[in-house]
Amino acid sequence: MAVLVNNDSRIITQGITGKTGLFHSVQCRDYTREKGAKVVGGVTPGRGGQSVEGFPVWDSVAEAVEKEGANVSMIFVPPFGAADAILEAVDAGIELVVAITEGIPVLDMLKVKEYLAKTNALRKADGKNIIRLIGPNCPGIITPNQAKIGIMPGYIHKVGSVGIVSRSGTLTYEAVHQTSALGMGQSTCIGIGGDPVKGMEFIDCLELFNNDEQTESVVMIGEIGGTAEEEASAWIKANMKKPVAGFIAGVTAPPGRRMGHAGAIISGGSGTAESKMKAMREAGIAVAKTPGEMGTTLQALLKERGMA
Amino acid sequence: MKIHEYQAKELFRNAGVAVPNGIPAFTVDEAVEAAKKLQAGGAKGFVVKAQIHAGGRGKGGGVKIAKTLEEVKPLAEKILGMNLVTHQTGPEGKLVQRLFIEEATPPKTEMYLSLILDRDRSCVSILASAEGGMDIEELAEKSPEKILTLPVDPGLGWQAFHSRKLASFLGLTLDMKSPSRMFQQLHNFMDRLYAMFVEKDCSILEINPLALVGEGADEKLMALDGKINFDSNALARHPDIQKLQDPSEEDPAELEAAKWDLNFISLDGNIGCMVNGAGLAMSTMDIIQHYGGEPANFLDVGGGATAEKVTEAFKLITKDPKVKAIFVNIFGGIMKCDTIAEGVIAATKQVGLTLPLVVRLEGTNVEKGREMLANSGLKITPATSMDDGAKKVVAAMKEGN
Repeated sequence: MAVLVNNDSRIITQGITGKTGLFHSVQCRDYTREKGAKVVGGVTPGRGGQSVEGFPVWDSVAEAVEKEGANVSMIFVPPFGAADAILEAVDAGIELVVAITEGIPVLDMLKVKEYLAKTNALRKADGKNIIRLIGPNCPGIITPNQAKIGIMPGYIHKVGSVGIVSRSGTLTYEAVHQTSALGMGQSTCIGIGGDPVKGMEFIDCLELFNNDEQTESVVMIGEIGGTAEEEASAWIKANMKKPVAGFIAGVTAPPGRRMGHAGAIISGGSGTAESKMKAMREAGIAVAKTPGEMGTTLQALLKERGMA
Repeated sequence: MKIHEYQAKELFRNAGVAVPNGIPAFTVDEAVEAAKKLQAGGAKGFVVKAQIHAGGRGKGGGVKIAKTLEEVKPLAEKILGMNLVTHQTGPEGKLVQRLFIEEATPPKTEMYLSLILDRDRSCVSILASAEGGMDIEELAEKSPEKILTLPVDPGLGWQAFHSRKLASFLGLTLDMKSPSRMFQQLHNFMDRLYAMFVEKDCSILEINPLALVGEGADEKLMALDGKINFDSNALARHPDIQKLQDPSEEDPAELEAAKWDLNFISLDGNIGCMVNGAGLAMSTMDIIQHYGGEPANFLDVGGGATAEKVTEAFKLITKDPKVKAIFVNIFGGIMKCDTIAEGVIAATKQVGLTLPLVVRLEGTNVEKGREMLANSGLKITPATSMDDGAKKVVAAMKEGN
């Protein structure tokens, strides 16, 4: 089954005429060229009617929805226009918006979250599916062999049973690489991104994995800053039916310094790696000692529970 | 990005937020001139304030009161050029290169106010306390009930009911007809401050103390200090704010890194790191420490790195004399391994690298990248995984020492 994206996903790229947007649109198309999700085209306002690398270009997301039934949008619009692009996708009723763009001003994202919440309240009242936002500043989402929406190297993934959710892009690749090498493979991998104000959080993803038949276990990768890992741990303790292994980046990061991700900053004693790992262990999560041991830590946990 | 107090107050003044009269000075003569101008404007006394990007300046001896114009000169001489040590500068302190000469406005009441980008609530939140002038973190620890947290709905912005909540908590009158029109003062102050916070893409704005000065109808609400941090993601759309950056307050290596769009932070260890992705970069530091080493830096070369960018990253790492070995850990997603390899080879040749270099490559075009490194004729130790690489670089560092 996998979660959120699959063979039926109809993907567009907002910002498809930019160099990066186009490069990755081609990569995503090639990943499922034989069978699976389709990248149906892209949007660049003012360039409607043109085509790039065989992709039709539309002026608006609404047009892409109307003409091609697009239901996923991948956003590569530069930082100052990216929040507006997300708003347009939400307005057009795209059910999954994946914002890859790095460096969106935080105040812009506050508007996005506000509008998303209001839109979803109305959609719920109408009995419609809610709109999900992944990111920004994230690698995207992939269901191996079915749909790749983002910038992750496709070939490291294998179809399997591990659901992966992570705040860090390249660390997600580590976990994928390790679980593939151990023969477990992945159901779906979601990079939720490193920004402090973002769309889906750990708990949203865990909930989906918990209800997904293909997913038998989960790897959750967090980092210092904020309290998302602590909240996710409490949720796992109360609700999770499947084994979870985890890792926290930033044990040695000095307090008060911003380590790349706006999220990765410790202040006032909260959000430290220690407090996160403690909460995770208390929730029964097997915490890997080093990032090189995420796969083996999960494997050991599965053995312990008689699942491997 | 941080700015100085005098710059923050200039922004406050332009936004219509009340601050005392003040003039920045870069020399002792300028300081005396500034005081003369303030006196002509009616100032009775002066405050000579060191301008550095750190709190606790008063306790460290960087803020002094001059009762007369004559006292300004010796105080300016003393503070300008001093090495100011506060709890935020670390023991090495900070050289004072700028002064702010301000009209003395003795506060009757000192309160605390800050606006922050609140990640947990996804909005701008106001923190306030009737007890100002002290360390807010200390207050939060000891008596959290003395701090008001007021989240502001981003779609709504600042409203009069927010001002009423704030006034009640601070013990200020809600009477619209009070002699000093204090409620109207507070509402205007907050309304303008909130608008400025949003317009200029601030991330933290702190006024400590927020003060009441004067009596009766002359009672005024004023910002006696001002600290602002800006969201670095938004700086490019605020050229006026970018101009306020004081390069002498920044780490030179980090400034150089910013030019190349590299994310670099100097640390105390001796193993240089070059990594792609912030999470991987942090956990590379962690794993080095796990195997008994100490990282010399955090360096995220980011997603769209070119060979040129990798070369600059290498130059940055090797500029640090503490560095005894280097670990390159790249998992190519956007970034292709052959691009990294090209950069590593070019940089090694260009800087004539003699330090042990351990390279771990994985991801897109990994075979090509590894082949390029192997055929480069350079002394590079390849690693097959993060663990393997960390062990090898720690061993190399120990051998070198």
